[in-house]
Amino acid sequence: MIEASGLTKRYGEKVAVSDLSFTVRPGIVTGFLGPNGSGKSTTMRLILGLDAPNAGHATVNGKRYRDHAAPLLEVGALLEARSVHTGRSAYNHLLALAQTHGIERRRVSELIEMVGLSEVAKKRVGQFSLGMGQRLGIAAALLGDPKIVMLDEPVNGLDPEGIQWVRNLLKGLAAEGRTVFVSSHLMSEMALTAEHLIVIGRGELIADMNTEAFLLRASKKAVRVRSPQAAVLGELVAGPDVSLEAIEPGLLEITGLTAEQIGEAAAANAIVLHELTPQQATLEEAFMELTQDAVEFQAGPPPAAPATAAATA
Amino acid sequence: MSTASTAASVSAPHASRVRRVTQARVALSEWTKLRSLRSTRWALLVTLVLIIGIGILACTVFAARWPHLSLGDRLRFRPLRVSLAGVGLAQLSIGVLGVLVISGEYTTGMIRSTFSAVPKRLPVLWAKVGVFAAVTFAVSLPAVLIVFFAGQSILSSRHIQIAFSHPGVARAVLGASLFLTVMGVFGLGIGAIVRHTAGGIVTLVGIMFVLPPILGLLPSSWSNAVNPYLPSNAASVLWTITPEAHTLSPWAGFALFCGYAAASLAIAAVLLARRDT
Repeated sequence: MIEASGLTKRYGEKVAVSDLSFTVRPGIVTGFLGPNGSGKSTTMRLILGLDAPNAGHATVNGKRYRDHAAPLLEVGALLEARSVHTGRSAYNHLLALAQTHGIERRRVSELIEMVGLSEVAKKRVGQFSLGMGQRLGIAAALLGDPKIVMLDEPVNGLDPEGIQWVRNLLKGLAAEGRTVFVSSHLMSEMALTAEHLIVIGRGELIADMNTEAFLLRASKKAVRVRSPQAAVLGELVAGPDVSLEAIEPGLLEITGLTAEQIGEAAAANAIVLHELTPQQATLEEAFMELTQDAVEFQAGPPPAAPATAAATA
Repeated sequence: MSTASTAASVSAPHASRVRRVTQARVALSEWTKLRSLRSTRWALLVTLVLIIGIGILACTVFAARWPHLSLGDRLRFRPLRVSLAGVGLAQLSIGVLGVLVISGEYTTGMIRSTFSAVPKRLPVLWAKVGVFAAVTFAVSLPAVLIVFFAGQSILSSRHIQIAFSHPGVARAVLGASLFLTVMGVFGLGIGAIVRHTAGGIVTLVGIMFVLPPILGLLPSSWSNAVNPYLPSNAASVLWTITPEAHTLSPWAGFALFCGYAAASLAIAAVLLARRDT
């Protein structure tokens, strides 16, 4: 269980995290979602006490992280970027961390094998690829067999096989009753692994709900209507809460009315419909819509069709 | 890379046993960190070569040239100082290694892993100091003993050697090793304050090598009053038996140098506990 309460962190003038409160529960994978620069990594550093908050506090399993007698047994964390001395071998890196808690060498060897680094365990970490670095970071996170696993962008730099492995690992850890808190800037990745989502943008909480509910709330609820009398239908349904978009002659996208309402209006006025389709927002669209105002650095004017921009990123 | 094994093997076999963080465990961890870096082995090897190599070289030169030296040179000759000639340079390699022991963690990001494992932080600083001081002493003591006896045996060919039993010599030889040990700790303290390798080395070199000549530019009444208390001068009186004018007594000087090192650690400790990483 991770509890954040009113977490606020400023770096000079810049507010990185603002009045953030949430709870991460055990037994499920909780996704921590937000665009790059939205404060995810800062929040994780605040939880571990690596940075001190300007206001608010975070506890893990009921205490501040630093107040636990054996912190690695409470939280195992993979932090952003490399948090490893490049001149040390993977084995010695893990051994040094393990020794702070009296964790035996056998556990170190076990984890090296589990994350698939056996062949390079004696090599200096500076020669590792990004993916190998991530695997080492995950091994370090699991050293203390922790009740909480907190991973910052764990699939970054991994090959498809590695990504699949991380997904299964996260689900497995959650199924064992652990608290799993994993950040990503990719909605699609979160939708595959996370049952619950905590979404932030510009350091502020945007949503804290289960993944399905998030998608429903965020979907844009437009209805696509194809009709030879599209113009007539458009005039008929027009109103203050209804917006119309003519995509091409004879094809409308109507927002603000359900498919049922449009169908009934058409029937009542004897208008022929060739198509009546509720539009499902993609995951990336849902995410983009919610975080649109919260994106730190926008690349020029927002594109007309945000869907493709995010999906291919 | 095969990753066939999955979450099933995540659990440790003896997960139920409580393994708390202790100062001794953190010290063991720091020992592993220190010995597993190439830079440590190199810096210690360089220190050994400097202490032993330069001392033996200097003694050999004096022994060979002795018949040709002027009376003035012969009068200024100090057998102890010549055999310990390498110590003055070795302080640089040990001081730099002291800086690296902690600055290397900041420049690579390792410090985040370190402080995640030991979030109370200060045990890490104490462990680094203890382990590094022990290693420096264990390396430098044999080195100064070897170079003293080897050097004096070279000088004995001209009967210009000094005996280990001569008053103050044992203290000076042991003192050279103690000086290097505290020098390493001073470097570590500065490294922990500055957190950058280059900045830490520049600060250390500035204090030990640049400050004295700058103060030498002051009127002599001032510099004579200040000089004995400079870290470099306070440090050097312990490993000589022929002190220059306006210096502290050996142990008073060494105590002051230890005070400087302790002050750097105290500042480092306050900053370490407070600063974001």
